[in-house]
Amino acid sequence: MLTFIGRRIGYSLLILLGVSLITYLLLFMLPADPARQIAGRSATPEVVAGIRAQLGLDLPFYQQYAHYLGNLLQGDLGRSYIQRSEVTELLGSRLQPSLELMAAGIGFELLIGISLGVIAALRRGGIADRLLTALSFIGVSAPQFIAAMLFLYFFAVQLEWFPMGGYGGLKHLMLPALTLGLLGSGWYSRMVRSSMIEVLHQDFIRTARAKGLSRARVVLRHVLPNAIVPIIPMIGIDIGVFMGGLVVVESVFGWPGIGQLAWQAIQQVDIPVIVGVTTICAVAIVLGNLIADLVIPLIDPRIDIKKH
Amino acid sequence: MSTAVALLRRPTVAVSLLYIVLVVVLAALAPWLSPFDPSEQFIEGLSMEGAPLAPGDIYWLGTDLLGRDLLSRLIYGARTSLFIGLVANGMAVLIGTLVGLTAGFLRGWLGSALMRFTDLMMAFPALLLAIALSAIFQPSVWIVALVIAMVNWVQVARVIYSETIALSARDFVAVERTLGASSLRILFSHLLPHLLPTILVWATLGISTTVLLEATLSYLGVGVQPPTPSWGNIIFESQTYFTSAPWLVFIPGAAIILLSLAFNLVGDALRDELDPTLQGRS
Amino acid sequence: MKRTALSLVIAATLFTGPLLADELVDANAKNGGSVVVTYQNDVATLDPAIGYDWQNWSMIKSLFDGLMDYKPGTTELVKDLAEDYSISADGLVYSFTLKKGVKFHNGREMKASDVKYSLERTVNPKTQSPGSGFFSSIAGYEDVTGGKSETLSGVEATDDYHVKITLSAPNATFLHIMAINFASVVPKEEVEKWGADFGKHPVGTGAYSLGEWKLGQQIVFKKNPAYFHTGLPHLDTITFEVGQDPMVALLRLEKGEVDIAGDGVPPAKFLQFKNDPKFKDRMVVGEQLHTGYLTLKTTLPPFDNLKVRQAVNMAISKDRIVRIINGRATPANQPLPPAMPGYDKAFKGYAYDVEGAKKLLAEAGFAKGFDTELFVMNTEPQPRIAQSIQQDLAKVGIRAQIKSLAQANVIAAGSAKDQAPMVWSGGMGWIADFPDPSNFYGPILGCSGAVDGGWNWSLYCNKKLDADAAKADAMAKPEQSAERIALWSKIFTDVMADAPWVPIFNEQRFTVRSERMAGGNDLYVDPVHVPVNYDHIWVK
Repeated sequence: MLTFIGRRIGYSLLILLGVSLITYLLLFMLPADPARQIAGRSATPEVVAGIRAQLGLDLPFYQQYAHYLGNLLQGDLGRSYIQRSEVTELLGSRLQPSLELMAAGIGFELLIGISLGVIAALRRGGIADRLLTALSFIGVSAPQFIAAMLFLYFFAVQLEWFPMGGYGGLKHLMLPALTLGLLGSGWYSRMVRSSMIEVLHQDFIRTARAKGLSRARVVLRHVLPNAIVPIIPMIGIDIGVFMGGLVVVESVFGWPGIGQLAWQAIQQVDIPVIVGVTTICAVAIVLGNLIADLVIPLIDPRIDIKKH
Repeated sequence: MSTAVALLRRPTVAVSLLYIVLVVVLAALAPWLSPFDPSEQFIEGLSMEGAPLAPGDIYWLGTDLLGRDLLSRLIYGARTSLFIGLVANGMAVLIGTLVGLTAGFLRGWLGSALMRFTDLMMAFPALLLAIALSAIFQPSVWIVALVIAMVNWVQVARVIYSETIALSARDFVAVERTLGASSLRILFSHLLPHLLPTILVWATLGISTTVLLEATLSYLGVGVQPPTPSWGNIIFESQTYFTSAPWLVFIPGAAIILLSLAFNLVGDALRDELDPTLQGRS
Repeated sequence: MKRTALSLVIAATLFTGPLLADELVDANAKNGGSVVVTYQNDVATLDPAIGYDWQNWSMIKSLFDGLMDYKPGTTELVKDLAEDYSISADGLVYSFTLKKGVKFHNGREMKASDVKYSLERTVNPKTQSPGSGFFSSIAGYEDVTGGKSETLSGVEATDDYHVKITLSAPNATFLHIMAINFASVVPKEEVEKWGADFGKHPVGTGAYSLGEWKLGQQIVFKKNPAYFHTGLPHLDTITFEVGQDPMVALLRLEKGEVDIAGDGVPPAKFLQFKNDPKFKDRMVVGEQLHTGYLTLKTTLPPFDNLKVRQAVNMAISKDRIVRIINGRATPANQPLPPAMPGYDKAFKGYAYDVEGAKKLLAEAGFAKGFDTELFVMNTEPQPRIAQSIQQDLAKVGIRAQIKSLAQANVIAAGSAKDQAPMVWSGGMGWIADFPDPSNFYGPILGCSGAVDGGWNWSLYCNKKLDADAAKADAMAKPEQSAERIALWSKIFTDVMADAPWVPIFNEQRFTVRSERMAGGNDLYVDPVHVPVNYDHIWVK
């Protein structure tokens, strides 16, 4: 078990290294000159050259990347070209809002997904099942920006139930989290539905029912826990999908998180921030997958970790 | 044949296919069907103050912020969305299948190198990657399609890889091997036919994700270049007006959702019909 | 750099009589109260040597002071930290006497050595200031930017309250330069304490000091009780909320949650506000020193042909472009905006004439038109304006393909010799840094800017006009002012004879304030404290 964990962690680190290399390479190829942007429009070519040298932008790619890695090992992600602050500080200040949104969003996903999935499975073939299936299909087929604008239009502009965006308390959190949650719940409800149906067919459930246990008790105590197992690795993978959603939803709702930071940085070609955000996202994705891998065997001993 | 009949019997699939056919016809016959030139900026298409016109007699779905006919732009936009949906997804499925099949069939160092690379790409936030790529290569319709393909092939590769592994372990392949069949023969006459349903399902489902990604990129302003209309960039251009002229956002929005939904439903039904392990369970 | 810098309302007069600070204070103003101001983009830094954004420009002005400033709501130069100044007969030496007893927010008195330190810090390449180039007329500038020296030989603190600045050549705009943010006085000890993070912990002599900064969320300014302009500022605190969509900000303003929407009025809301009597007097309109233009790369065929450039000038319908941005601008025919001294009212420029344009193209050998590219920044409404230009060009046979890219990519392509034959300046357009025509020439039309990495995207270089420009800027004596402005006026109309640009429009500025906000309208579209003069506004 320990060697398995060790290998998985080592492998995750390798992936992160690869992600940072590719990101850095892509940005190196970008046809824009950060030194010129910093120097402003009244700068002489000498001033621009001086700044380029100070930032090490005149070095060949492998030296720039090695330099970046060296700093990264000391926890230094560099300084933003535009904001001139430490990238770690910028990320730090935006991590909390993003985590809040992510927790609330995934919370909604699970809440909506699991309850709809359970209802659909129990009412299999009925009207409720069809309706919920249709709903889950619409959810996965709608792009976040359209859903976000739709919610903003109806719930904030027309009905004035929620604020028009911005950061703040629970009221501000609700709409963006619901947008992410509703759209993401489709996958979960479909998975819960099919795994519920599968479990309901299994022998031990029939036995439990035959022993005279009530339907509700069987569902809650025996079916649900077993049906949820396949969902857990989904959460890990979902984090990656979620990161993309954050960019869109945060910019529509003006939520001061990582996604908004990423979008602003991309527009301004603020390379240290872009690399920083990509690294953070990759860490989140890799960590999500890692935890999923480590948790599954604990929950379901039937899954043999050696097969991984 | 029986699969096709079974599929068409499902009302959702029939309706979805009808919508897809409608979009295809609109795209193919755009020059004849659209009431106006989609790029023509009509002087009378804007109010005196420069506001877009609401849906009405002349411009059935209203005009956009440059005084162009929204209906004509939607019809021509169908071309862009379909083109990118088919081409980008076709490329993604092709790359994914090649990578997954090679890795799963050959194994060895090449196989594991390919799959490690796939894992690496999985760890990238897809949208950020797509935005960065389209910033490097100044976007055109082909570049956008290529960018989307470069992001979307990963999942296909994973699925094909595990299916290939599973198939290779099956008895009939082992039997062929002992009978002395060449690798290529096994690949083409046994593995590929068995993988075909999966590929077909992904080729359909993937169009849905591709349409969404194209719309999102265009909405962020890094997708299809103006004045070529795409459903996503119609929304991008109109977003500042969405509270006072919501039709400019929500009509193309509905078109995107419906197209994505249609491909999703058809793909899902295909999976039900073609995947023997799921048979009789839904 | 970006949505930057100063915009100015009315004609500037360079040399004004002495004006006492207290005369600037509004006698009716009430003191106290807190207001909320919103911006969409994050405030990058409050370091006066670095900040060059729409949102931080005026904020920095309220935290820091320079030797000179402008009368509130105008472009009239007045003394700020300077008690007095004199200029030598040859126009080369400026002697400033400083006010006594001015204290930094940390309690220490501001001295002449701080002035010298601050200028040297901005010029020093290590600071990476986008404003360094403004000080190139100070003697010893090249030594500092070239890394040969850390001190400017032309700046001398003769004692605690006297600074003498020697120029390498007379410069008629030098007092304006002493008033821009990059010349603000900063305390050395605080800069050294915070290092590169000084911009997050700003300490100046200004009307407000920084209270709290939650990155990406809000910034709170609190009143500086020891401010040397007695009676200022009027407000106790200002809360700046960032990351607020302009549309959302206006809806919140209607509800009374926001007092000033810093980003102005988005187009969709604009018509509603304009036509709603309730908002009529809450929306303040001001002109700004801005010109939106299309550059034609004069070194790249076919734009190396004057007739082609003139044809493009005649092919574009500026009235229609103004209409698609809801009439928030006026059509332009020359590089200078109407409010800038030197603007030639009599100049007609190239009139909209499709047939004339076709004729010129035929004479140039392009009767069948040609293919080219139009670069534009990818945020609304710029791609829309580019499409309008594209359609106009198509009517005379010029087939322009639009390249809609992120700002940094457009800037990078703009100055490249073999790329970007046409660039629409929107979103990166030229807004004056100070109210003087010279600011509209050098970097964007002069030979010095026509280099790789420069801002003269036409790569236009007319040696004779460059010489005229140098001559005009050397006319530093007050009595030469009118002659100087007339010379500048001619330079810009001469530029149009070569047609390196198509001037499209001059944008206006709109600020919306809540009902309780008071103080003159000028303060809300202040030409210098862009967008709003926080020192002088007050609450009813």
